[in-house]
Amino acid sequence: MDGIMSKNNSEFFIERNDNIYEVVIGLEVHAQVTSNSKLFSSSSTKFGAEPNTQVSLVDAAFPGMLPVINEYCVKQAIKTGIGLKAKINNKSVFDRKNYFYADLPQGYQISQYKYPIVGEGNVILDMPEGQKQVGIERLHLEQDAGKSIHDIDPSNTLVDLNRSGVALMEIVSKPDLRSPDEVNAYIKKLRSIMRYLGTCDGNMQEGSLRADVNVSVRIKGSTELGTRCEIKNVNSIKFMQMAIIYEANRQVDLIEEGEEIDQETRLFDTKKNETRSMRSKEDAHDYRYFPDPDLLPLEITDEFIDQLKSEIPELPDDKKKRFIDEFKISPYEATILVSDIDTAKYFEEVVAKMGKNRDMKLAVNWITGELFAVLNNKNIEIAHSPISAKNLAKLINLIKNGTISGKIAKTIFELMMDGDIDPQIIVEEKGLKQQSDPKALEELIDKIINDNREKAIEYKQGKEKLFGFFVGQAMKASGGKANPQLINEILKKKL
Amino acid sequence: MTEITSLSLFELIKNIKEKKISSNEAAKSFVDRSQKSKKLNTYVTENFENCLKLSKEFDNKPNFDLKLPGIPIAVKDLFCTNEVRTTAGSNILNNFVPSYESTVTQNIWNEGGILLGKLNCDEFAMGSSNETSFFGNVQNPIAKDLVPGGSSGGSSSALAANLTPVTIGTDTGGSIRQPASFTGTVGLKPTYGSCSRYGIVAFASSLDQAGPMSKDVKDSSILLEVISSFDKKDSTSIDFKRNNYSSELTRNIKGIKIGIPKEYRVDGMPGEIENLWKKGIEYAKDCGAEIIDISLPHTSYALPTYYIVAPAEASSNLARYDGVKYGLRSSGESLIDMYEKTRSEGFGEEVKRRIMIGTYVLSSGYYDAYYLKAQKVRQLIKKDFDDAYNKVDAILTPSTPSSAFKIGEKSNDPVSMYLNDIFTVPVNLAGLPGISIPAGRDKNNYPLGLQIIGKPFDEQTVLNIAYSMEEKINYKNNITDWWME
Repeated sequence: MDGIMSKNNSEFFIERNDNIYEVVIGLEVHAQVTSNSKLFSSSSTKFGAEPNTQVSLVDAAFPGMLPVINEYCVKQAIKTGIGLKAKINNKSVFDRKNYFYADLPQGYQISQYKYPIVGEGNVILDMPEGQKQVGIERLHLEQDAGKSIHDIDPSNTLVDLNRSGVALMEIVSKPDLRSPDEVNAYIKKLRSIMRYLGTCDGNMQEGSLRADVNVSVRIKGSTELGTRCEIKNVNSIKFMQMAIIYEANRQVDLIEEGEEIDQETRLFDTKKNETRSMRSKEDAHDYRYFPDPDLLPLEITDEFIDQLKSEIPELPDDKKKRFIDEFKISPYEATILVSDIDTAKYFEEVVAKMGKNRDMKLAVNWITGELFAVLNNKNIEIAHSPISAKNLAKLINLIKNGTISGKIAKTIFELMMDGDIDPQIIVEEKGLKQQSDPKALEELIDKIINDNREKAIEYKQGKEKLFGFFVGQAMKASGGKANPQLINEILKKKL
Repeated sequence: MTEITSLSLFELIKNIKEKKISSNEAAKSFVDRSQKSKKLNTYVTENFENCLKLSKEFDNKPNFDLKLPGIPIAVKDLFCTNEVRTTAGSNILNNFVPSYESTVTQNIWNEGGILLGKLNCDEFAMGSSNETSFFGNVQNPIAKDLVPGGSSGGSSSALAANLTPVTIGTDTGGSIRQPASFTGTVGLKPTYGSCSRYGIVAFASSLDQAGPMSKDVKDSSILLEVISSFDKKDSTSIDFKRNNYSSELTRNIKGIKIGIPKEYRVDGMPGEIENLWKKGIEYAKDCGAEIIDISLPHTSYALPTYYIVAPAEASSNLARYDGVKYGLRSSGESLIDMYEKTRSEGFGEEVKRRIMIGTYVLSSGYYDAYYLKAQKVRQLIKKDFDDAYNKVDAILTPSTPSSAFKIGEKSNDPVSMYLNDIFTVPVNLAGLPGISIPAGRDKNNYPLGLQIIGKPFDEQTVLNIAYSMEEKINYKNNITDWWME
């Protein structure tokens, strides 16, 4: 059978004529540094401004203008490095990467080549078959270019320099990824770490996170790397996955036809779902990197790094471990709760507000069940949840202490959404309190048994299914408010 | 009374402070003389009207506490001046008018200086004779058809011809000291990091440094005091304690140790340069200095090193002149075509030559052999000086291997032109302060200069030695105004 083998895990292999191929993927992620001003100028970095309104003389490369490093961006890069458990280099150097383009005002991009600010580190992925460690090769700081717009004027290209000079972190992974699922998990984990740190908002729609995807294939079990192709500037996880699947199959086809793979740079056409050659290795730019003489080497002391380390918040991996230890929830549940910092915050607030008699199981289920469903449906971030953590905690406590049943809670939950209403108030106003008075329930059940004499006899003769009928009748008679546990107990006794 | 235009800056300031001369009178004198001196071709852009107006404003509300009270000053056209055209001597910036001011010129205006105009220079400061300027050759007032040196040739010519009381230049490989030497004037290149590079059209960022040019040493000390400042807008600017150079200026250099580097006795050096140097050593001794023979073993590598590092940086620095944002744009069929036409028409021969050299030495496969090696040699050259300064306080050399040459004499021979920088280039590579002072004349009566090189940030010692020797040398330029109608 030809084609992609599907499995119930994240594995990805391509089978052709009895050969099984493995795909090897490395990512160069470009993450926009969260900062008010640009890497070497004081212009604003705000997204969505009118074209060319956030451009300083430095960004537009006027004669005699000089770059001055933004210390905040350096701190952000170091923090990200710490989050990637990476080595922070005490000395790094800014280089010029020389090439001509209309949206590159200086005629060079200031980047870091031989001496990046951050060295080797790693990221842990939670995959269905267990944890996987992905190596980080390096992280370096660089300037973004401007934007060329080809589709406004029929005969001219327009240039918007608002992005020109915005700080980017290029995070280069080792070729450790093996499947589209792993790429998905890797990007999400990177984004999660950077959001925890506040170093990149990870907003792919606004271009804050993009990636160059390096893809090669090899026979499964081989340890040598195949010739790779680099797919430039892919801006969504879905497109990355589509590009990888297309590209890996293309390469396998070539190998199977006995052809060589050219090392080249390719583009992913999202409309046609295919990659296309952009330039071959022979046509590769000679960027003529050399240290930027306008900038001194960046020297960072251990004290400076230690200071930043002390400012690092609890990161997803540690938080997950603590959630499991402290709250006794499952690793799976913990992974879901920590993946997004705002979800983790929400969960912890619910836990805190639940007080002494907290019920973790209920908390996890209500957040990942009802709340997630609502947020997904309405496309709302948890930070803007229509129900506050405080009120959700109250609702859970009302279930826990038997004031309401789980079923009623769902009704109340719906009502709470209309302006984050206190569930206690809804219970009182609507009279939804659970009936837990045994005497009242006994009377109610006696009446039901009396009204259904024949069925009660059938039950006693062994038709046990009828038990459910009596429970249903009791719940109906109580308007859904009867305590189901008590109903069970009383029914068993009476029948 | 002496003519206003032939006064030194110090005398002019004194006269203005004593209200013997008004700022407007001074401005009128320099404007008038400049207008009669168009044959020298020193000005690229005149700011005469505005200068006269501002000088009147100064006289109406004078502030004599300033260091340059109402003093008209013309500057090299490499300094960006707010709302005044700045060309860097290039066609590609022919119509470029900055909306900002360089830190160095801003410092001058803050102390009461008034812009007279922008002075001619080699295109992007690449040249040693002012012959690469898009705006034509500059005449040396010393004699007809003689080059004024370069790249600050408009500055040296205007200064020697008394068209400006002082001026500022930039020096990447000798562009202040060599033209000073060719025109019988004083030129100081400060330590790298002393004067901000902000707003100066860049040639080679790791070497470029602005500095004063003046008729005597005292004037240079006054101007250095004004222009040298720590500037956060330039990451290579250095925050060190700057002297009050003019008030600390002294002729007492007794016991100062001056080194004589044997490697500067280059093959084929004219006898008159050798003699000048010998005389200089005697003058220094007369001033009370102790003369010590030293060695700077890597000197012979300085020129080739410089002609790798400087073009490499220039090739990248000049990439921004692409016709997209400002300056000249030639129309083309496509983006690449537009680039090619703009840069072909916008840049002159010498600039193109250096862009090509620079691009070559940075190319993959050549980088290690050229650029990287040059950087290593540069460190060795710097170490030579560090070692020497364990023994001496300053170093005395000739400024140039010859006197001024005729226009056109070397313009077709780039290498012989480059050899002009042989004594000045090592100072830039090592980032040191160096001054050229007039010290004698050759057989044609053309001026010759001596160079004093100092320790990093020790401009004061350099100035003091120059000040002391200047008195003994007692050189006076003999300007005949031959160019006037």
